[in-house]
Amino acid sequence: MNQHSPLAALEIRALTKRFDRPAVDGLDLTVRSGEFYCLLGPNGAGKTTTLRMVAGLLLPDAGSIAVFGIDALTDAVEAKRIMAWVSDEPMIYDKLTPFEYLEFVAGLWGIEPSLAESRANDLIGWLGLSPHAHERCEGFSKGMRQKVALAGALVHDPRLIILDEPLTGLDAGSARQVKNVLRERVAAGGTVIMTTHILEVAERMADRIGVIAGGRLIAQGTLDELRMKAGKGHSSLEDTFLTLVAEQAQAA
Amino acid sequence: MSHPTSLTFLAHHEFRLAWRDWWSMLTAGKPHRARVVAGAMLAFTLFMHLVAFSIVAKFAAIEPDADRGTLVIITGCALLAWSLMMSQAMESVTRAFYARSDLDLILSSPVASRRVFAVRIATMATSTVLMAVLLAAPFINILIWRGGARWLSAYGVVVAVGALAAGLSVALTVALFRTIGPKRTRLAAQIVAAIVGATFVIGLQVAAILSYGTLSYFTFLKSDLLVSFVPAVESVVWWPARAMLGDLTALAAVLSAGILLLGLAIATFSARFGDHAVAAAGVSDSGVMQRRWQSGFRRASPRSAMRRKEWTLLRRDPWLASQTLMQLLYLLPPALMLWRAFGGHNDDMVLLVPVLVMAAGQLAGGLAWLAISGEDAPDLVATAPVPAHWIVRAKMEAVTGSVALVFAPFVVAMAWASPRDALMAAAGIGISATSATLVQLWFRTQARRKHFRRRQTSSRVATFAEAFSSIAWAATAGLAAAGRWQAAITAAIALGILLGARAMSPKKA
Repeated sequence: MNQHSPLAALEIRALTKRFDRPAVDGLDLTVRSGEFYCLLGPNGAGKTTTLRMVAGLLLPDAGSIAVFGIDALTDAVEAKRIMAWVSDEPMIYDKLTPFEYLEFVAGLWGIEPSLAESRANDLIGWLGLSPHAHERCEGFSKGMRQKVALAGALVHDPRLIILDEPLTGLDAGSARQVKNVLRERVAAGGTVIMTTHILEVAERMADRIGVIAGGRLIAQGTLDELRMKAGKGHSSLEDTFLTLVAEQAQAA
Repeated sequence: MSHPTSLTFLAHHEFRLAWRDWWSMLTAGKPHRARVVAGAMLAFTLFMHLVAFSIVAKFAAIEPDADRGTLVIITGCALLAWSLMMSQAMESVTRAFYARSDLDLILSSPVASRRVFAVRIATMATSTVLMAVLLAAPFINILIWRGGARWLSAYGVVVAVGALAAGLSVALTVALFRTIGPKRTRLAAQIVAAIVGATFVIGLQVAAILSYGTLSYFTFLKSDLLVSFVPAVESVVWWPARAMLGDLTALAAVLSAGILLLGLAIATFSARFGDHAVAAAGVSDSGVMQRRWQSGFRRASPRSAMRRKEWTLLRRDPWLASQTLMQLLYLLPPALMLWRAFGGHNDDMVLLVPVLVMAAGQLAGGLAWLAISGEDAPDLVATAPVPAHWIVRAKMEAVTGSVALVFAPFVVAMAWASPRDALMAAAGIGISATSATLVQLWFRTQARRKHFRRRQTSSRVATFAEAFSSIAWAATAGLAAAGRWQAAITAAIALGILLGARAMSPKKA
């Protein structure tokens, strides 16, 4: 029986995935609609595995995933229609231009061409890609490629955007452009889930933060709530994060 | 241990890399397969010796004072081997220029780059020669067994021809670099390599078609017409052939010439090789502006968007262009034969059927790998809101559509001359292309398009299944076109190969 809340953008229950060891271990996680949610955790904590299962790139061993009330495991196509995935390594086509790439993505998502073109032009402008819109991506820097991938994720206007370390390797200017676009998405009612190792970004941008370790959610809440939980009322997110992870490691 | 900057130290490093590269290619990156590989190689060696026995044993008695006709055939075979070695060596040299794996380390080290590149060119030459020796060994061994130790000199000729090919390929690539610059050389060298590899055999086939209306170039090599035009038996032109037959003076001359030319190429070009490599490393892929026929987004269903994307990428893939050029070049002689037969029935038309079917299978295999395994944005495609089988079907449609586009003109022209043969060819092309595509689908992996050249390393089973099913379907189509009942046997073999491949595949689609 489906017990997922239709108000939640993402609802994960008892999600489990094993490789040679448990990568995600009975994870429960709820992300509200319209919030900017940052998922933090040490290397190998299970963040990417979790998000790849949500995006439909990995099949879980057990558990359930619902995206805006749609069961992402039994009705994957409908769930994919309203979400977008951006990985840390931008995967785009070297021999296509950003404009052609966005046209292809719009085609895959079945977006009306005139609407998609208008959105594509807006995104290309916002992300500072206009001078390169009709240039093949093969010579683009990592930052430019990441921006093209992000534009691809946004061109079909998803209700939920999932980003895995999207700011890795970006220069300050590119990182700011990406952050601005994401903020605007949330302001417009979209939901963003992002993993990052840059704690300052989580501190500044996230409405709520989830801390994952050993494949389980060990803490979740606003920055203040996490500080309270860590027992260090005035510490930075870095101190809070390290305290929580260390406590989890001791308990394990 | 040798001194770090000595030639032996550098040579040891290069040969270790080359050996590991080769071994990894043989074992498909799985070292535990060493025994299986060794067993397979032994079986293959025995098989090749049997093949060689059936082909060359009867020629073992030929003496060094052979007539012009024999010398023409031996020289023709040597030239064929040389053109293939030259093609392979040019590819190696181009890769050495553009592969940046360790160039940064080498060029930033205090070792004189001249030394490093001298060793690198020598290694490339050695690899080319070794490959040629391995391929020629069964034939030479049979000749030695049946004709005596004098045939050992054939090994020397292979070494000389390989050294000559390596030296010339270095000179040709550097010449391209200096004339058209590093940016254009990358593609041009690939295309030249493909053309060099195919030109000689195609030239012979064209001559055979024009003279005798047949695809068999041996017919032309053995013809009185050619023999009447070639120099007298005393000419220096026949020294490589004489050397192969055991003439030690000729062998010494040919071997010296090959090694001297390679040494000259190393001495002349190794100093500038580093500069060219630096220039190649500085080549940026950016700045390719893409003009569009229409300005706006085009309406497309997910499947048509996928097909269109695949076709665009195939069209813009320079490596694919060079890799498939050779296959397409081999279609030139059949095209010429069609043109000659145009308008009238020709019994030789049936010979074209297997050629076209074989080429279609090979082309489809390459394209299918690019479309199915060489997906550069797998996450994007996997997260698209369409069923996975739609994506696969769209990719298969893109591949078969491309194959149809290449072969349709041949089939249409053939239909004009012989509708029955055209029908057999069309059916064979369709079945062979679909089989090769299915093999790639069953053995699909996740890879980058730029790794196309090494696609064979991912699965030996897939490589052999693709090749042998194409051969079996080509035989089937040819036999069926000739009205022979044996077509049923080769068709059963082809189906057996496909069923076996499917049973061994990790993904059963």
